[in-house]
Amino acid sequence: MTTPILEIRNLHARIEDREILKGVNLIIPPGEVHAVMGRNGSGKSTLSYVLAGKADYEITEGEVLLDGENLLEMDPAERAAAGLFLAFQYPIEIPGVATMTFLKAAINAQRKARGEAEMSTPDFMRAVKTAGTDLQIDTAMLKRPLNVGFSGGEKKRAEVLQMALLQPKMCILDETDSGLDIDALQVVSKGVNALRSAGRSMLIITHYQRLLNYIVPDVVHVFSDGKIVESGDKDLALQLEAKGYADFDGAAA
Amino acid sequence: MADYDHIPTLKENIDRATVDSVLSLDVDKYKYGFESAIESDMAPKGLSEDTVRFISAKKQEPEWMLEWRLDAYRRFLTLTEPNWAKVHYPQIDLQDMYYYAAPKSTPAPTSLDEVDPALLEMYEKLGIPLREREILAGVERPNVAVDAVMDSVSVVTTFREELSKVGIIFCSMSEAIREYPELVRKYLATVVPVTDNYYATLNSAVFTDGSFVYIPKGVRCPMELSTYFRINEKKTGQFERTLIIAEADSYVSYLEGCTAPSRAESQLHAAVVELVAMDNAEIKYSTVQNWYPGDKDGNGGIYNFVTKRGDCRGANSKISWTQVETGAAITWKYPSCILRGDGSRGEFYSIAISNGYQQVDSGTKMIHLGKNTSSRIISKGIAAGFSDNTYRGQVSAHARAKNARNFTQCDSLLIGDKCGAHTVPYIESRNGSAVFEHEATTSKISDDQMFYCQQRGLNEEEAVALIVNGFVRDVLQHLPMEFMVETQKLIAISLEGSVG
Repeated sequence: MTTPILEIRNLHARIEDREILKGVNLIIPPGEVHAVMGRNGSGKSTLSYVLAGKADYEITEGEVLLDGENLLEMDPAERAAAGLFLAFQYPIEIPGVATMTFLKAAINAQRKARGEAEMSTPDFMRAVKTAGTDLQIDTAMLKRPLNVGFSGGEKKRAEVLQMALLQPKMCILDETDSGLDIDALQVVSKGVNALRSAGRSMLIITHYQRLLNYIVPDVVHVFSDGKIVESGDKDLALQLEAKGYADFDGAAA
Repeated sequence: MADYDHIPTLKENIDRATVDSVLSLDVDKYKYGFESAIESDMAPKGLSEDTVRFISAKKQEPEWMLEWRLDAYRRFLTLTEPNWAKVHYPQIDLQDMYYYAAPKSTPAPTSLDEVDPALLEMYEKLGIPLREREILAGVERPNVAVDAVMDSVSVVTTFREELSKVGIIFCSMSEAIREYPELVRKYLATVVPVTDNYYATLNSAVFTDGSFVYIPKGVRCPMELSTYFRINEKKTGQFERTLIIAEADSYVSYLEGCTAPSRAESQLHAAVVELVAMDNAEIKYSTVQNWYPGDKDGNGGIYNFVTKRGDCRGANSKISWTQVETGAAITWKYPSCILRGDGSRGEFYSIAISNGYQQVDSGTKMIHLGKNTSSRIISKGIAAGFSDNTYRGQVSAHARAKNARNFTQCDSLLIGDKCGAHTVPYIESRNGSAVFEHEATTSKISDDQMFYCQQRGLNEEEAVALIVNGFVRDVLQHLPMEFMVETQKLIAISLEGSVG
């Protein structure tokens, strides 16, 4: 049996006194795209932050393996170098740091952490150009400070550009569709789909079915009150869209 | 893994990991903390008329210079130390210091072969850019001239011949006093008067060396002029005196970089720099200051009490100060411009970083005297650790300064919650047509920014360095290329240990 890219076992996490994740179980084999759907406040975004290692949360129980390695023992930068990528719902502004500079710093930090040599400037320029073209990111945008004054669409395209360049094993996309009009959604989805491959898995967090028309998942999970309450194929998303989440709340209780 | 067998305290029952982590707490991260073994020729300890006479004699100065120094010394005795800056330090005992230390290699070297190898080795340890080291080794065609001031005497001066072809004088101040007394007498202390302030007066009495630059009318200096100052002798105050004169229609860019060895006692550094720009002349003065900041508990470190002032004496002249202040235990420094000539312009671009227990009180003064004068101030203060970082700036327009313009932007960035950033602007206008703008912000590196960068693979220190380099970008781009890359690295080094 192949090692799953991501394996979450009975994960519990709290912020201060409030328990948010209440026993999450999830296995994502290589190459699969899973979607987690749930209403606002169900704990979906918390799951993404906990996986990426944000400091505000306390893990009280459970285990997470990234390609067989204990993810929870790593700090956020180590998780990134090990191949975990989180596309943020609200990408953060880094004033004064050109997008290009940031990309290069991130790539080389990860390479350094893995004991690899720095990427040469020509190789880097080529990689950025290739990845940028599909996402309609031009040189002018790359010179602007990262996310500063970016439109909603630009921010999300920049997230996918980073994902393309960093070549992660495990991509988590947190509400990537929020703040996007239909044209931008298509560009971003196309970029994401281009990154689907046999060795790379994805976890798509959303509360709208709309995104899943563009990025078609292999498995859909319904998230409610801090855990997964139902799993199925892509039709489950349509069912949710038609009936709402109410039917599944009982299962969580 | 390192071999820890030599550590006597290592016992069987102590966890290796504990020992490792204790050792990794590098007590003194200062990379330039070494002393070179070059013999010195010292003045008697303490400050007195005899000390002043000793220095003057050592420098083979003319009688007028000695009288000038003695006059300054007598005036100094009537002054008291200022206490308005937001810095705290124990009383400095001026009698417990040496005021002169010269490297012992007797006559000035005429070629690099005669330069003390220990000195050349020191340049290497200091990480002086390869390009300049090559120049020192005589490899490349020069485009940076280096006037090295180690302790008090100019040890080596390069490429003066090339400069002298176009009439530029670039030499040590002591030499200028001997060789160009007319110029020195005409300009010395005309920008920073002898009694300007306590430290400037002290400097006037006991200054030992510094640079002298004279750019004749209509000459554009063909290379960046560069000086490395360095304190090398224990308990020696360093009192440089620099004078730069740009005649009408001339241009010069001057770079000053500082590093100093580590030591336990605090050291006083009180320099005076004077710039004079005549009609249409432009002087660009850039500093990277990296004096020893003291250890992690705030012991030792340099006291950097500096008076730097430029006089835009001619019409449409321009003086631009760019400074990167990362070192020193205490910095007290306000590079200023007197905008005397009509249409003259002053600029001040500053990056001041404080970490550990460093205290910085720095800023500028833009004194608008002439008509249609303009000035621009961009100050970026970064405070980390337990440090205090104050911007203190004055912008004033006098009655005749019709249409004076100033734009000031002061941004402070805090790292952690034990440090302080303060902005103290003084704005005075006696002319109704003056327009002064002042913008100030204070921000912190947010947890969200840190997390975002770390999620992309940067560790904490890399993340801080990247964010801070972004914060100071507006100022960085005013540095000459030679300094820009070094400065980015220096910023990262200065902020080591500021997180976590």
